[in-house]
Amino acid sequence: MVSDEPVGETVIDVRDLRVHYGEREVIHGISFDVRRGEILGVIGPAQSGKTSMLKCLNRTLEFTPGATMRGTITVDGEDVLRVRDVFGLRRKIGMVAPLPVGLPLTIYDNVAFAPRAAGLSNRADLDDIVERCLRQAALWDEVKDRLATLGTKLSGGQQQRLTIARALSHDPEILCLDEFSIAIDPVTTMRIEDVLKELRATMTILLVTNLTQQARRLADRTMFMLNGEVVELDRTDVVFSDTPGDPRTFDYVSGIVG
Amino acid sequence: MFTATPHILRKQRTERLAHAMFAGMALSIVVPLVCIIAFLVVKAWPSLSLAFLIEPPRNMQTEGGIWPALIGTIYLVVVALFAAAPVGVLAAVYLNEYATDNWFTRLVNLAVINLAGVPSIVHALFGLGAFVLAAGLGQSVIAASLTLAVMTLPVVIASTREALVAVPRSFREACWNVGATRWQTIRAVVLPNAISGILTGVILQVSRTAGETAPILFTGAVMYKAVEKGDLLPYRLTESCMALATHLYNLATQINGAPESLQFATATVLLGAVLLVNSTAIALRVYLRSRKKW
Repeated sequence: MVSDEPVGETVIDVRDLRVHYGEREVIHGISFDVRRGEILGVIGPAQSGKTSMLKCLNRTLEFTPGATMRGTITVDGEDVLRVRDVFGLRRKIGMVAPLPVGLPLTIYDNVAFAPRAAGLSNRADLDDIVERCLRQAALWDEVKDRLATLGTKLSGGQQQRLTIARALSHDPEILCLDEFSIAIDPVTTMRIEDVLKELRATMTILLVTNLTQQARRLADRTMFMLNGEVVELDRTDVVFSDTPGDPRTFDYVSGIVG
Repeated sequence: MFTATPHILRKQRTERLAHAMFAGMALSIVVPLVCIIAFLVVKAWPSLSLAFLIEPPRNMQTEGGIWPALIGTIYLVVVALFAAAPVGVLAAVYLNEYATDNWFTRLVNLAVINLAGVPSIVHALFGLGAFVLAAGLGQSVIAASLTLAVMTLPVVIASTREALVAVPRSFREACWNVGATRWQTIRAVVLPNAISGILTGVILQVSRTAGETAPILFTGAVMYKAVEKGDLLPYRLTESCMALATHLYNLATQINGAPESLQFATATVLLGAVLLVNSTAIALRVYLRSRKKW
């Protein structure tokens, strides 16, 4: 199924992942890999298991009552179910949720929260991290004079960039974005896409998106999920060509289904 | 185009009827409260005065004021508050933020629900057995307050959980995603935003026990204590005390020769005190909510 030349070594390896919510199985044994330095686009209609899959990567699925995962996921060669320091695992993976979440803290504290939680208290170091992350998220110029105002007072688009800054604040190797553009305007979406293009030089990005064209614009490889299964994972130009590996992929990306 | 068909007219009639019925029921909640207050104040009028509040009773409690009972009730409620708040709030944080669905959580929830259903007279007997006798506290402020605290725990837990649930889950998820522990999440985001609701809820719930008679009757409230006018520190915690609810009960059933207005004045003060605390708590909540951060 995968026919491209490798972009880099495998960073995340998912083997036979199954997710249950109570008795109901929502992911039916999927396998795929994410390679260092690539943007892997994940497309698929609602209920296809994209968000559940992301929650398995950093093990936040365990906060959902009744949810269980089976199979193996390794991040940098380590089995996520066996890591001693689950908090370290979560810091290795930056996670951006669909809806912007400005925590009810100041803008500064929003970004400094994760480093502080990890034990950093040196003010100068925190200042550096806050500035770097807000710059990376293309928000610094808009907020640098009011870092002490509440993150919740920012506009939706600004809050989403604040969320990205927070996801970058713990220096992750992998950045996962879950339909980040769902609640923000097209102009902000394009600004964030530009941010991602810059970030791809330094990190691996997993871009789950409901906009197929976004995957087409940004992703090196694209994975199409449907009803808890991986239909196809291939180079983006192949997935979006007239002859992808699976006819369902063509139907989805050309808007016939989903 | 917009003419009303018979079907539309019928719908509009039904709508008006439904509106009137629901409004009527809502109004009927206000009526008893207003009636009770008016009735009490009218009956109590001859005895109500500032002196009535701060003077001790005289002449076998057939004259004078209610200061020993008023300060006693304040003692009981405040001590009960300090006993119930930590246990109730911490238990609620556990149940809402930590607990997964297992036998222990189910056991605790079951205990909370059943505790809420226990009649107050049974709480009184429990307090008598556990605090007065077994723990050796004797009939005292502390024993009566602990009994009230046990009684009020389920509602303290319920109101605290309500305040915690009001903090959006997305805030917690954002914290978990960046590698924060549950406790770091609770301390940084959940508690600061729930604390106003928790505090006002706890004050409201515990202050309601001011009117409880049975639980304190066996555990710490007595018929008469000699207290100086306006004395703010008349009781030690290990001493028994007077209380408004039991004083009212005694005036109504035990004491002969007191004017009727004395009972009603006591009831008015009891009701007034609870309403005062309630409205203060509600005002505090409205004020804190107006400063909400999202």
